[in-house]
Amino acid sequence: MKHLRSIDELGANGLLQLLQLTDHMAEINQRPVPKVPALRGRTVASLFFEDSTRTRLSFETAAKRLSADTLTFNVSTSSVNKGESLRDTVATITDMGVDAFVVRHKSVGIPWQIEQWTKASIINAGDGAHQHPTQALVDCYTIREATHTTRFDGMQITIVGDIKHSRVARSNIQAFSMLGAKVTLVAPPTLLPPDVSHWPVEVNHHLDEVIPTSDVLYMLRLQSERMSQGHVPTLREYSEQYGLTQKRVATLRDSALVMHPGPMNRGVEMQIDPSDVKNSLIHRQVANGVSVRMAVLFDLLGSGANLGGQA
Amino acid sequence: MSKSVVIKGGTILNQDGELRADVKIENEKIIEVGKNLKADIELDASGCIVTSGFVDLHAHLREPGKEEAETIETGSRAGALGGYTALVAMPNTDPPQDSVAVIDFVREQGKRAGLVDVIPSGCITLGRQGETLAPMAELSQAGVKFFTDDGFGVQDASLMRRALEYARGLGVTLAQHCEVAELTKGAVMSECQCCTDLGLPGWPAIAEELMVFRDIELVRITGATMHFLHLSTARSVELVRAAKRDGLPITAEVTPHHLSLTQELMASYDPVYKVNPPLRSIEDIRALKLGLLDGTIDAIATDHAPHPRRDKEMSLDMAPPGMLGLETALGVVLAFGDLEIKDAVALLSWNPARIAKVDNAHGRPISATEPANICVFDPELSWSVDLQRLASKSTNSPYVGRTLRGKVRHTIFKGTPTVIDGQAQK
Repeated sequence: MKHLRSIDELGANGLLQLLQLTDHMAEINQRPVPKVPALRGRTVASLFFEDSTRTRLSFETAAKRLSADTLTFNVSTSSVNKGESLRDTVATITDMGVDAFVVRHKSVGIPWQIEQWTKASIINAGDGAHQHPTQALVDCYTIREATHTTRFDGMQITIVGDIKHSRVARSNIQAFSMLGAKVTLVAPPTLLPPDVSHWPVEVNHHLDEVIPTSDVLYMLRLQSERMSQGHVPTLREYSEQYGLTQKRVATLRDSALVMHPGPMNRGVEMQIDPSDVKNSLIHRQVANGVSVRMAVLFDLLGSGANLGGQA
Repeated sequence: MSKSVVIKGGTILNQDGELRADVKIENEKIIEVGKNLKADIELDASGCIVTSGFVDLHAHLREPGKEEAETIETGSRAGALGGYTALVAMPNTDPPQDSVAVIDFVREQGKRAGLVDVIPSGCITLGRQGETLAPMAELSQAGVKFFTDDGFGVQDASLMRRALEYARGLGVTLAQHCEVAELTKGAVMSECQCCTDLGLPGWPAIAEELMVFRDIELVRITGATMHFLHLSTARSVELVRAAKRDGLPITAEVTPHHLSLTQELMASYDPVYKVNPPLRSIEDIRALKLGLLDGTIDAIATDHAPHPRRDKEMSLDMAPPGMLGLETALGVVLAFGDLEIKDAVALLSWNPARIAKVDNAHGRPISATEPANICVFDPELSWSVDLQRLASKSTNSPYVGRTLRGKVRHTIFKGTPTVIDGQAQK
């Protein structure tokens, strides 16, 4: 595998292999000194054109634990603000000798466009509303960890919220279905893409109808600008119809898992404290972020032989 | 006195039929059609169609203002290589073509290049802002017969009504880029399953169709002549078909790319496929082709839209829409249009000459005493685009790697060969 840009591109086998590799990384992270020399001499550049806390930090932590060198590209202090084109920025950093770019950009397709300007591997850390494959890997790994299953055959996963503008949803729908889950999308029609008839999903506009049969309830963040754009009348109304309330938590199955990719909008889609939910995986999602991204970096950049030693 | 030219061994294609004969040209006119003619310059046309030069209703020549992308000279050369002898220059220049000074400048630059007739169109509204009418009477006196705010449809229905009423008094044609702007905010591609997958804001077909419908009804109450630019949806074709059945004075065009490329190409993430209106579905292509066959759509126009490479290297949402068209139009139309050669020529030459009101000099029959604006093309030759060899200053052609059929061999403009054996002569 040269790049990781979408779950589709990765395929079911690639997905399963990465999840398996993540187990090894999780083991490394349990050690007193969670660091191995696997990527010594390799350089990973994070190219974040959009704000990010957990994704950027977990990639950088992952790279450091594998002993790779890291470059952080900060858009606000970079030459991009002097009008440097994306092509020149990528070419310039490539010239410094970079093995991988971790890219986040508000525009769809950037990880594919920059391929023509660099020989480095490209990891998509989120492109517009399109794909966020490492988040999907994190989520699959987290569900596997909680359910002790390899695949999700027969599992009912419900994704709630702003599907239309969500790269997390697009990657997760692909990943969850590849592993055999039945995916249901719950949102008002205004927050769904114009036509999802070709997606392997069910659609329901009423959250209360699907909660009792869900094995996993995956809540998405609702951005407040969706109100001014006319997607929802008010946040209060959205929150009543699609938010996770104490009352709704009570109708969850005992074994049901609750997830959220963060950052949470408390009082909007999350009207409760996640710690009030018995099976909330939200903290595990963050914790697993580093292991998953170590697996991705190792798979793309590693020689495959030197995972065992001490740094 | 200019040198005489003879086109030898080709098949002359006129509206009333075909004829195998040589064509002799002198002093900007065809002086003889017959067998075994001789002249100073002999152009071989064996296996070729000899017909009137093409007329493009929709070319962005970018001068003044964006000479980095194209100039009137380079655009004219691209046109000549595509078999064109007349180009209607779109008004979205900087400054826009809303004053006599700019109109005169564009026309003069066209004459200076001397490769095609450059016919400046005028803006409908000042600065293409959609707020107040451009001085259409003044522009009309300066020779403008075709007005449009191309790129921006006139959003205000009341203003569009006034524009049509005013145009009727002047006897000029208004052309509309049909797009209700509220429905296409931020849109990057056609609204479809592919845009669902890509997470890109979609461009619904109805954004075009609503304005097509509105303008048809405005034509009905004003009686003005109206031309619909680059239709892209099946329902637009239906609306125009019904309006023509009612006898309304409207015409319509389609681009070669809307006949040959589909929306799914956006999944390549290559901004070369971003265009306005966007590439649509295979069903839309089918409807557009039926529209050509039954005369609902009158012309094929390129919407030639050069952009410098750095602009097309931006992200899908930031890159400007538009693709090159002049040098590939014939090859695309014959390869993908499912048209008889005669119908293709009607759509590329005879009909657009009438719509642009230049049919005194272009789209004329190949016969003695007619103006010598002529295109000679090989209808069977397969070829592919070589970006290095394009005459256009820009390289945003979506046809790289696709086999086109039909290539221009010679172009004669006002009696002088501008292209011989596929090579521009100046």
